[in-house]
Amino acid sequence: MDRLLGIDRRIIFIFVAAAITIPLIIRFELPVPATKDVKGIYDKINSLPDDSHILISFDYDPASKEELQPMAIALLHHCFRKNVKVIGMTLNPGGSGLADKAITEAGEEYNKKYKEDYVFLGYKTGVELVMINMGENIYSAFPNDFNGNPTADLPVLKGVQSLHDFDYVIDLASGSSIEAWIAFAKEKYKFDLGAGCTAVISPDMYPFLQSDQLNGLMSGLKGAAEYETLINRKSSAVAGMSPQSAVHVLVVLFILFGNTLYFLSGRKK
Amino acid sequence: MNFFKRTIPLIIAFVMGVLMAFQYYVPHEASQSLLKIVTRWGITIAGFAVFIGVYSLFHLHWNKIKRKLPGWGYSIFVFFGAGITVAFGLYNGGEFFWNDKQQGTMFDWMYFNVQVPAGATMFSILAFFMASAAYRTFRARTSEATILLVAAVIVMLGRVPVGTLLWESLPPIADWIMSVPNMAAKRGILIGVSIGAIATSLKIIFGIERAYLGGGD
Repeated sequence: MDRLLGIDRRIIFIFVAAAITIPLIIRFELPVPATKDVKGIYDKINSLPDDSHILISFDYDPASKEELQPMAIALLHHCFRKNVKVIGMTLNPGGSGLADKAITEAGEEYNKKYKEDYVFLGYKTGVELVMINMGENIYSAFPNDFNGNPTADLPVLKGVQSLHDFDYVIDLASGSSIEAWIAFAKEKYKFDLGAGCTAVISPDMYPFLQSDQLNGLMSGLKGAAEYETLINRKSSAVAGMSPQSAVHVLVVLFILFGNTLYFLSGRKK
Repeated sequence: MNFFKRTIPLIIAFVMGVLMAFQYYVPHEASQSLLKIVTRWGITIAGFAVFIGVYSLFHLHWNKIKRKLPGWGYSIFVFFGAGITVAFGLYNGGEFFWNDKQQGTMFDWMYFNVQVPAGATMFSILAFFMASAAYRTFRARTSEATILLVAAVIVMLGRVPVGTLLWESLPPIADWIMSVPNMAAKRGILIGVSIGAIATSLKIIFGIERAYLGGGD
């Protein structure tokens, strides 16, 4: 019993590795029904007329790529299908490469033109200060885009002066930027805000969902998979649901097995 | 010296703190212009934090190498990695840094083939350690720990698609846990933290909290 309780952690690692790789080899699909939080974002984008302006802030870095990049790609596909003008930016220095790749590749797939249908503004340091500055004047915060083009001349930003002029803003975050968007931008400059975040920080977002400060939330890879299902473009997030489910079941089994051994060994006494 | 090191910074903090607090409630054009100027200043100052960060990182790792502290060999890679990244960033695909950023450069190649997979690997290793920690330490030792354990099991299963297959009521129960007890706790924490932040801000504005001045007081 004691040997099982003190099992070498490398054996546990082998089980986890098997739980991840086997579902990736033997592919099977699990149902991914959309929750109302994810539908909130989908319905909002669906309700936007052509040529509306949507701002997506890619506030994550490569460490959170596996959860947030599929969300970004699914969102971009939905926006371009709806002929919505997409303005991308990032407040995370490690996020500019991922954001640029996602926005460019999705735009090209729908034959959208850079500067006319979409633009990537790049990275700006200062987080809350950038938000406030954008709330006053977006051209003051971002005088040039990621490629050095003056933003004042961009057709895609026609009709946009500040954050208030965006029809929808979405923050994809691996940190605390969603709270900052709510406190420093949404409440003052009055716009609709949706968010996507890593699964680990999503419990912190529930107060904002209930108060309608967020009109929707995508949480972790599951949130991305739900969005992929909604737009009928199943990709890496849906594919990731089977290994994720297998690992969750494995962890639960480990917890139950560990506790059974714990009580059988009489350690509680 | 005390006047320049303490009194002037305290005056600046007080004046700017009071000014920006009142600015929020004044929708006049002059007030908006002030906000725009101050935030642009803030963004510029925040940019200088990069230099402090770089200095701090290099100083730490240089000392590790100099003193041959455990794991000092890894510190060499910090200099190697930073040096090569900065060099390719400045080279900018042959156009150099004073021109606009070029696409498909060596800098981009390193980002997508070194930083992205390395970052993803670091994050994914968590799954292995979490499974090991859950097996070894997640015990129903007390009634509180038992409630936590039951809630964790329900949420873990209810938040993945397999939960629906196991029992179709599992996802709604997991959602209830997240949107009622979890939310109540999070809201309490949020209100507490916000009140704390307001109190600390007031203490800084009125010069009661002076730790930001340095010097140990």
